[in-house]
Amino acid sequence: MAGHISPKSTYITIFGALMACTILTVLAAFTNLGDLNFPVAIAIAVFKATLVVLFFMHVKYSSKLTKLIVGVAFFFLGILLTLTLTDYLSRGWFTAAGGSTSAGAITTLTGPLTTGNPPLEPGRAPQNTSPK
Amino acid sequence: MPNGTAAAAHEEHHEHHHPRLQHHFEDLEQQHEAATLGMWLFLVTEVMFFGGLILAYSLYRIWYPQAWALGSEELNIYLGGFNTVVLIGSSLTMALAVRSAQTGAQRATVGWLLFTIVLGLTFLVVKFFEYKEKFELHHVPGPYFQFEGPQSPHVQIFFSLYFALTGVHALHMIIGVGLMSTITYMAYRKRFTPDWYTPVELGGLYWHFVDIVWIFLFPLLYLVDRSHHII
Repeated sequence: MAGHISPKSTYITIFGALMACTILTVLAAFTNLGDLNFPVAIAIAVFKATLVVLFFMHVKYSSKLTKLIVGVAFFFLGILLTLTLTDYLSRGWFTAAGGSTSAGAITTLTGPLTTGNPPLEPGRAPQNTSPK
Repeated sequence: MPNGTAAAAHEEHHEHHHPRLQHHFEDLEQQHEAATLGMWLFLVTEVMFFGGLILAYSLYRIWYPQAWALGSEELNIYLGGFNTVVLIGSSLTMALAVRSAQTGAQRATVGWLLFTIVLGLTFLVVKFFEYKEKFELHHVPGPYFQFEGPQSPHVQIFFSLYFALTGVHALHMIIGVGLMSTITYMAYRKRFTPDWYTPVELGGLYWHFVDIVWIFLFPLLYLVDRSHHII
């Protein structure tokens, strides 16, 4: 049976690359990249994960069917993330006439806590319209 | 005696193939392929499971960037970094364990597997002390949660996701150590040959997956705003 046997040097090289990327991600986090810090951290993590999947998990040497299944996993993860984020991130971009931008809107990213949906005060829950 | 003849035929049949080959597979190659594929299908569901949690994390981070920055500052970057090195190191020892099984180096397989278990346990011990500190500082979400400042309720959401993500990850680690112990025992009993080492291979896939999850969790939880761009 014996699948592909990678030389030890491959594993040690990949380990070294993963360590280097770990140092890189820490250095990047301590560098002020503005709004890019989050995407950069994700990009490095994706690169590290790719190395693990291809070499440690032997996907580089696997059958096409296995590669397809692995690809499908990340394809569906991509759908989950992008479709959900296109909804949440775009809320508040447009306001229909007479509408509001309330539900889940990012009114500001830097303001104090007063932004966003004010929590319902316990005493002022839905007003009872019927007078006694 | 139909049973007797069937058993005899069965016995005879066994002589012609590898004892580990199940009858519904053509050969060991096909059996190994099916097992790998099945393991990957399981890992697809795991990707979606952790993906959902990371999606929740991302949405709240976009809504409450300051709270995320404040909460992340409370985590110990040295312990998180140490655990990252430990876990990536355990992936290396795991990969070498699979390689040893492939080449039929039985003693090396046991050795690398034991090394992997020790590194996995090291990770869990460090995680235990991190959790302990969180309990002492009242950073555990719930009625006793305490955090100074107006961001407190949102920081509590950060810590909820911190415990959810690291908690299910640690659970996977505990299950992984259990799996590795079983596989180590099998290796110790010389159950694996270069022809058949499927449990080592599949255990390795699981272990590497758990490592990948941590590769994402470390920057997402420990390194949110270390450059103080937001706070």
